[in-house]
Amino acid sequence: MALAEQTGGETATKSVGDYLLSHLREYGLLFALIAIMVFFQIVTGGTLLRPVNITNLLLQNSYIIIMALGMLIVIVSGNIDLSVGSVMGFIGALAAVLIVNMGLPWLLTILICLVVGGLIGAAQGYWVAYWKIPSFIVTLAGMLVFRGLSLWLLEGQSVGPFPREFQTIANGFVPDIFPAAIGQALAPVFDARQVNVLALITGIVAAAIIVWGGMRKRARNKAYGVVDEPRSFFIARNVIIGAALIFIMYKLSTFRGLPNVLITMGVLTIIYAFLTERTVTGRRIYALGGNQKAAKLSGIKTERLTFLAFVNMGILAAAAGLVFAARLNTATPKAGFSLELDVIAAVFIGGASMSGGVGKIVGAVVGAFLMGVLNNGMSIMGIGIDYQQMIKGLVLLAAVIFDVYNKSKQG
Amino acid sequence: MSALLEMRAITKTFPGVKALDEVNLTVRQGEIHALVGENGAGKSTLMKVLSGVYPAGSYDGEIHYDGALAEFRDISDSEKRGIIIIHQELALVPLLSIAENVFLGNENARNGVIDWQGTFQRTEALLRKVGLREAPTTLVDKLGVGKQQLVEIAKALSKEVRLLILDEPTAALSEADSQALLDLMLELKVQGVTSIIISHKLNEVRRVADTVTVIRDGSTVSTMDARSHPITEAAIVRDMVGRDMAHRYPERQRRAGEVLMEVSDWNVWHPEHVDRQVIRSASLHVRAGEVVGIAGLMGAGRTELAMSLFGRSWGRNVSGTVKIRGQEVDVSKVDRAIAAGLAYVTEDRKSLGLILEETIQRNVTLANLQGVSSGGVLNENAETEVSEKYRRAMNIRTPSVFQKVMNLSGGNQQKVVLSKWLFAGPEVLILDEPTRGIDVGAKFEIYGIINELSAQGKGVLMISSEMPELLGMCDRIYVMNEGALVGELTAAEASQERIMSLIVTE
Ligand SMILES: Nc1ncnc2c1ncn2[C@@H]1O[C@H](COP(=O)(O)OP(=O)(O)OP(=O)(O)O)[C@@H](O)[C@H]1O
Ligand SMILES: [Mg+2]
Repeated sequence: MALAEQTGGETATKSVGDYLLSHLREYGLLFALIAIMVFFQIVTGGTLLRPVNITNLLLQNSYIIIMALGMLIVIVSGNIDLSVGSVMGFIGALAAVLIVNMGLPWLLTILICLVVGGLIGAAQGYWVAYWKIPSFIVTLAGMLVFRGLSLWLLEGQSVGPFPREFQTIANGFVPDIFPAAIGQALAPVFDARQVNVLALITGIVAAAIIVWGGMRKRARNKAYGVVDEPRSFFIARNVIIGAALIFIMYKLSTFRGLPNVLITMGVLTIIYAFLTERTVTGRRIYALGGNQKAAKLSGIKTERLTFLAFVNMGILAAAAGLVFAARLNTATPKAGFSLELDVIAAVFIGGASMSGGVGKIVGAVVGAFLMGVLNNGMSIMGIGIDYQQMIKGLVLLAAVIFDVYNKSKQG
Repeated sequence: MSALLEMRAITKTFPGVKALDEVNLTVRQGEIHALVGENGAGKSTLMKVLSGVYPAGSYDGEIHYDGALAEFRDISDSEKRGIIIIHQELALVPLLSIAENVFLGNENARNGVIDWQGTFQRTEALLRKVGLREAPTTLVDKLGVGKQQLVEIAKALSKEVRLLILDEPTAALSEADSQALLDLMLELKVQGVTSIIISHKLNEVRRVADTVTVIRDGSTVSTMDARSHPITEAAIVRDMVGRDMAHRYPERQRRAGEVLMEVSDWNVWHPEHVDRQVIRSASLHVRAGEVVGIAGLMGAGRTELAMSLFGRSWGRNVSGTVKIRGQEVDVSKVDRAIAAGLAYVTEDRKSLGLILEETIQRNVTLANLQGVSSGGVLNENAETEVSEKYRRAMNIRTPSVFQKVMNLSGGNQQKVVLSKWLFAGPEVLILDEPTRGIDVGAKFEIYGIINELSAQGKGVLMISSEMPELLGMCDRIYVMNEGALVGELTAAEASQERIMSLIVTE
């Protein structure tokens, strides 16, 4: 064996190709998202990126993304949760019954719903973690049970509407904290009627943080001699991400500003990305999914971790259920029907592995957006639901085939 | 004799690693050819090139087989030509019978319907040939590793093998099983089968090999012919490590202190066969600075003893007490055992020791994440520093600690497992076959690490099937047989004969 240093010259020229090869998946996902957006932007004659449509896109996909965060953890830990769609629908129904029928205050209702979500997760996680019953079976049962429970709870009827405050969870916007005068002053510059300065600044700050974080990581990698992303890639990637972020926020700022759900989603994504990548607990989840026996023999409480992954999933499914109910302003017995499949698909498109131990939060979020843009774009084009389903299915298959192919090439 | 196989100037690169650099290998018709070299030298990679695991086009150089240029696209391609490789990780299906495994993928069928009668008959004939006395219907699950190895060979023989490749076939076998396997190889040679054997056990190499090729750092160093003049182990070692090695075991100051760990009346029952007691009232102790060995045959219960001590990771109805420095400690869960100061380096590194998909860095820190985090938040810089430190100290051969463990050679994987447990900072380190599949040079390094630990006043409990290793390293040796500790010998008293006689008289 000869180490890289010893074959110096050769590897230096090869490294860009090598790097691209070994990170093809991550770039592929990002570029697929961009390509799809550009495609639909063109074929829909610019409708896709209209401020109102972007806002819609975010609202439509918020609950999928919220659940994808939990699903990623469940899948990384080596399990799956098929019940999330039903749980989401059930929690929406529960919220409707508590608020509309029983007149409970909406804040208390939110709290109760999140707790119930956690309990549902605990009930399922218990069997998976401590009785070693395959999660596929347990949550398949859960799917049926909670679908039935929603029907029972709503007595087959739709229940609504919700009070205004509750609706704002999904449909509200963050008020501009900057004086309206600034927004008005800026409006002519952007050729818009008004400008939400908060949204604009949030976009710029977020982009700056991402670039700054990337540069710090890069500096660290350099200090430790890690084979790192070639400079050109790094710059290109950051410019694209930063510009896209600012662009989207600018679009939003010319409409109604930042949707509340965007904040919820953004904050949750950051929290979960941090949890999975930077904390001891996160690392242990990956270890658990990578090799459960080895993880256990390293002193990791594998049962408890599995259990907690499901509790967490339950809470997030409940949160998604609240957003969903608030957005539709009614709870229907059919809510959440087969939504678990969209969530799972998003996680796999985002690069997670069926066998556990592999996957990233950001990947799952991008995967969810990719599906979301596909849905939205095809709907604008007036493509029927039949074709939409087929296309989505093929995209999922293509993503996973790409994964497997990519892996076999490296091995 | 003519050459059956000639590999010319084979070069194979992985991202960042040149695993093979113009390797040449010539194997003559009908011989047993041993391929030796340090961990990571490229032996397994060379055999994967040969058998089509890495298809033609993914490497440079030429393979001439049976007088013609061979370009295999995959394993089945090379199997058709009679090249059969038995990887170190056995590839049998545990819940199928011996017969089903032997003819897996090569079923004795007519129009898709399996002819069981014929299958069993042919299997029986093959089992006789390899000297395995089991019914063809026995589930592979029920066989020990040694017998499973024989099933693999029977499977190879069912396919009209011309060139049999065995990658470290005896690494997991007991002394007796290894001898049987080597005899079988000699037997096959008489029948005209050519074989290549990869092994780190040089005495075995010397016993069976007609020719020895030594590989170092991805290049052929030398080829020795046993028929022209006898090959000595010293000569092989010199070519492997590139220098003379006077001693196989490093010198050490023996200085046992207070009793560090004391296990009393330890009993364990089998997890499935509830009426079978696997460990019978075992009592032992380890002093500070002491290296204590546990000798015994395969199946004596040594691994079961160690794993049950380490957080009851094996067995049920575990009873008995463990004291560390005179204080009784709770070792009923792995994390508690670690907190009490124990560490257990498993014999089965792939399935119990490592997360193969993860990087070296993440494996090294896994058992002690507190050590590289504060407030539950990981400090990746600290992680990199720690793993770099162990990479250097243990001489793990890899371009960086960000390499996936999966891509390391077997010996280097073992060093990663050791690093992981050293970083956990134990008082007592339990080593289960710590040098399995490890080359002589690396063994010496690992012995050095063990000695260093004992010099720091830690206790080491070492399980090994290689008696010379126990005799060379230990201050005291317990002998285990059928779940009980049947004897205890000091370094001065111990010898292979005395250990064996203790096992036999029980
Ligand atoms: N898929 C891979 N990707 C990257 N590097 C690899 C891969 N496979 C092997 N290597 C590297 O190639 C070198 C040779 O490995 P190989 O497994 O052939 O060694 P070996 O001689 O069989 O060692 P051992 O005696 O420890 O089994 C090692 O440095 C290893 O890390
Ligand atoms: Mg090898």
